[in-house]
Amino acid sequence: MSQLLEVRNLAAYYGQSQALHGVSFAIGLGEITTLLGANGAGKTTVLRAICNMVRTSGEVWFDGRPISGLATEKIAKLGVAHVPEGRGTFTSLSVDENLRIAAFTRGNGREVQRDREMVLGYFPRLAERIKQQAGTLSGGEQQMLAISRALMLRPRLMLLDEPSFGLAPLVVQEIFRIMRRINEEAKVSMLLVEQNAALALDLADEAYVLETGRVVMSGDAAAVKGDEQIRKSYLGY
Amino acid sequence: MEQLIQQVAAGLANGAIYALVALALVMIYSATDHLNFAQGEMAMFSTYIAWAFIQTGMGFWPALLLAVLVSFVAGMLIERIILRPLHSAPVLSIVVVFIGLLAVFHSMAGAIWTHTIKPFPSPFPDVSFAGSGYIGPHQIGMILVTLILLAALFLFFRFTPLGLAMRAAAQNPVSARLAGVPVDWMLALGWGLAAGIGAVAGCMVAPVVYLEPNMMAGILLYGFAGALVGGIGSPGGAVAGGFLVGVLENLVAYLGNVFERATGVYVIGNGEKLTVALIILITVLTARPSGLFGRVTVKRV
Repeated sequence: MSQLLEVRNLAAYYGQSQALHGVSFAIGLGEITTLLGANGAGKTTVLRAICNMVRTSGEVWFDGRPISGLATEKIAKLGVAHVPEGRGTFTSLSVDENLRIAAFTRGNGREVQRDREMVLGYFPRLAERIKQQAGTLSGGEQQMLAISRALMLRPRLMLLDEPSFGLAPLVVQEIFRIMRRINEEAKVSMLLVEQNAALALDLADEAYVLETGRVVMSGDAAAVKGDEQIRKSYLGY
Repeated sequence: MEQLIQQVAAGLANGAIYALVALALVMIYSATDHLNFAQGEMAMFSTYIAWAFIQTGMGFWPALLLAVLVSFVAGMLIERIILRPLHSAPVLSIVVVFIGLLAVFHSMAGAIWTHTIKPFPSPFPDVSFAGSGYIGPHQIGMILVTLILLAALFLFFRFTPLGLAMRAAAQNPVSARLAGVPVDWMLALGWGLAAGIGAVAGCMVAPVVYLEPNMMAGILLYGFAGALVGGIGSPGGAVAGGFLVGVLENLVAYLGNVFERATGVYVIGNGEKLTVALIILITVLTARPSGLFGRVTVKRV
């Protein structure tokens, strides 16, 4: 199977302290992969390391070419869209402007316009608030906006950092349903970081479990979900 | 009454210059959160460049355009070469660099072009018209140039993808990078714009104050006051603030004169204009730090 993203022996550092110790994994084309683990295991750091937002060593290959060392914005341009922790909303810009930022990268106005309509098709709630200042949106709506901004890059891979964080269960269900649709219809592969393991394992094809910066466990999402031993020792449910 | 109108008109004309300087300050502040103390000297240096072009026989407008372009590139280079290495330096280091730049441009201008005061031509025809008793053609020209520049910047930031990318980079650099915006270049662009606007400000004020290395020293202070009154983050606010400071300083001096004539007691006059600017600055900082038009971002928590 062809791999869209391949991470080999990835290490990451915050100042003097090392947060990742040689993490390796791969994401197949069209797949949803989830990274699980406790607080501080290094899940967010993996996403940041892929986008070169922290100091790293090791190799990251995307679509058959090495991307480690490239500037964050160049990686985004190649089709890796990172939906960051905390949603990264441009609070003083309007919802519409939040979506149109990608136009700068894309250049082609007509395609951007088409993608904007596609995105608003996935998230009709944003269409209702299109002129509103983005900082006034609810948490769920800001998460939808963050995913939409990522989609506007026409990504092949989306990195999602805890999209369920701080949201009501109904909103989370809605967002995860739409993520599934995006994966199937827009053929976007996903790397999903989640605290909520049960939720993530339902959506994902593959799962990796991190502990203190190392991969301790990996496998088919359904198998991981079915393995009581793994669930009890690593996922806490 | 006639004198009052005259004072307000003159205040608006001065205000136009303060507004331009304030606008230049806002360009850098909103992109990097730094107040560029060297802004005035950079503008002065740009004016000398325009003057040098004019000396070759070039017309005023082509010379101004060239000076703006040279300044734009130089501004970007200053950011890329001098400030980029200080990316994560403490604010104080950056302030010291700004003061260093100020000194460098000041001495360079003196060394290259001497400290002798030079006349600088006005591009506006010296004609008389209805109302020219109140305000001269150059003054009206300055106001128009300021408003046109503001309108152009507004259109640029509001309606172009590049303008939006610059605003996004200023507001949330991390998110902007993730959206594919080369944030470093946006900061450099902010510096370029500031330097270009400074060149326009210098060339507008030089016909009034004459060209010499000290010409922007006082004006920068008024520019600060204007930018702060309007709200340092907003270009429109900076321009309004600049005009406001210009009119206020003249009105206060005018009222001081009226008071003196009526009572014979001197309280405040033309000599205290700079004091007025400083009082405005301090009052705004204490009473309303975000400025009159400063946007307080609404945030749901």
